[in-house]
Amino acid sequence: MQGSWSRFNIVSLILGFAFLYLPIVLLVIFSFNESRLVTVWAGFSTRWYVSLFSNQGLLDAAWVTARVAFISATVATVLGTMAALALTRYTRFRGRLLFSGMVFAPLVMPEVITGLSLLLLFVAVNFDRGFATVTIAHITFSMCFVAVVVQSRLLTFDRSLEEAALDLGATPVKAFFQVTLPIILPAVVAGWMLAFTLSLDDLVIASFTSGPGATTLPMKIYSQVRLGVTPEINAVCTILIAIVTIGVITAAIVNKRREVQRLRDEQAARRL
Amino acid sequence: MKSLGSIRRSFAPWNDPAAKPYISFRGVTKRFGDFVAVDDLSLDIYEREFFALLGASGCGKTTLLRMLAGFEEPSSGQILLDGQDLCGIPPHKRPVNMMFQSYALFPHMTVEANIAFGLKQDGMPKPDIEKRVGEMLRLVKLEQFAKRKPHQLSGGQRQRVALARSIAKRPKVLLLDEPLGALDKKLREETQFELTDLQYELGMTFVIVTHDQEEAMTMADRIAIMDKGKVLQVATPAEIYEAPNSRYVADFVGSVNMFEGKVAERSAGSMRIADAGGALTIKADNTADVANGDTVWFAIRPEKLRVSSKRPADVPNAVEGEIWDIGYVGDMTIYHVKLDDGRIVKASTVNSQRVVEDPLTWHDRAWISFAADAGVVLIR
Repeated sequence: MQGSWSRFNIVSLILGFAFLYLPIVLLVIFSFNESRLVTVWAGFSTRWYVSLFSNQGLLDAAWVTARVAFISATVATVLGTMAALALTRYTRFRGRLLFSGMVFAPLVMPEVITGLSLLLLFVAVNFDRGFATVTIAHITFSMCFVAVVVQSRLLTFDRSLEEAALDLGATPVKAFFQVTLPIILPAVVAGWMLAFTLSLDDLVIASFTSGPGATTLPMKIYSQVRLGVTPEINAVCTILIAIVTIGVITAAIVNKRREVQRLRDEQAARRL
Repeated sequence: MKSLGSIRRSFAPWNDPAAKPYISFRGVTKRFGDFVAVDDLSLDIYEREFFALLGASGCGKTTLLRMLAGFEEPSSGQILLDGQDLCGIPPHKRPVNMMFQSYALFPHMTVEANIAFGLKQDGMPKPDIEKRVGEMLRLVKLEQFAKRKPHQLSGGQRQRVALARSIAKRPKVLLLDEPLGALDKKLREETQFELTDLQYELGMTFVIVTHDQEEAMTMADRIAIMDKGKVLQVATPAEIYEAPNSRYVADFVGSVNMFEGKVAERSAGSMRIADAGGALTIKADNTADVANGDTVWFAIRPEKLRVSSKRPADVPNAVEGEIWDIGYVGDMTIYHVKLDDGRIVKASTVNSQRVVEDPLTWHDRAWISFAADAGVVLIR
């Protein structure tokens, strides 16, 4: 029967969600553990969160990560949006297929290869590795994600809106900033957020391209874990999860509300 | 005075040799790759004219309009506006505005902001913008919707916002791309008359693209019939309907009966055409430049035919057949009469009386008759 809960469905649902979330749930629970041992429960405590804020190494790494993520997401969004515009607008230029292929190749490129090739490039041009190189590397690989998101929005964008703006006397630049950009803005913001999170949790490429004084949070966590997992790491990760979850839920609620409002308005308009 | 159609028009600059065209297409060709959208086209449009480009989809009418707006550049040829060559001038610098088929209202702006958009681009002072926007809202009767967003409006209201936005800058020329296409029939008929009134009031030149012949006939001063990138005929609605210059035009606008035949006999004012089906010899007014034996087509509209049960006396043309089908529309009745050689002729009669004695019915024998000047002789 359709729509009803068979035993098989319930079991597969539980298994699926357990597979996805059990490790995360464990991590969160043990971040509130009193004991120094990560696997033995010794009562509820927030001491690791307190000690976290006196761990200068982790705080520095978090600050580096935030800056790298912010700058690289912003630059990648600008470049990715430009690439998406070029790909949707100029459908007939020579080598378009090659260009679009090259923009999207990093999506499937193994991170190790991206990281290694960037490292070789920086070494070849004798570029000191550090904050700048990590940022550049993150721009490189997150740009194509932005391009994909923005391009899919542009495909359904009504060109005549832009033509109307030109027709009414707006220069092409003004038409873009006053009409096109505000309309595709949700996609651009989504692209920025995607780039931001990709940069936040990247370990492989950062390890290849970073240098002294530019340790990102994932790198720091990874190196600390190799010396032994402390509940402090759990606490950091829990905070990260909380940030991401709040971001995703807020975006979803805002989106949903706007959608509902729009539907209501359209129905009201039809009744007039 | 004898005249085509029943409307007398005093506005006819195209008949005045001294009048200067306002918009001129001169040998304009537009190619998209191998496809020729507009083919060596020349056309003159006069100031304050309501001009319609009519044709089936893909005939090049929209491309022509887009070239005027500046969204496409002609592959060759010239477009002049008030004596100035438009080629190379980008859309935002042309003194023309366009109303788009999709309306293209900016979804993130209110009705007010949509209408003010063009004025802001011109750097008009704020109080003047407010005044003009208010005028426009009154003109299209949308004062109470100023703060709404486009998605909070009905289709008819959106259409009026689009119109207000496109005339807010008082352009010299307004281009309308299928402006009524998205409206339902009743609203469309109302809006047609509103548009004509508006055009007259504002004194602008309107160029409208449409595939709806009724729309073009009702609104336009002149119509250009287009096919395959070429203009077939430019004339007033009455001329297009009563004196089409080709079989395509006759067939495209309204409904028509076409008799193919050969010129059998000519005199100063009239000619005889031997109908190819052999059913009749048509006596027609001799207006075309033809010789004996030339193949011609005699085109006649259904309402110009008379249907009767007996052959009327003293008519030059009459042919007998059988009533094959009757369509009762209310204001008129359409008869399909099958001639003895199998051809179907359409005839329509106005139902000016409520009660008819002994009406024609299915499978009755009937006579179709028409005057010598009721149809046109076409040579192509």
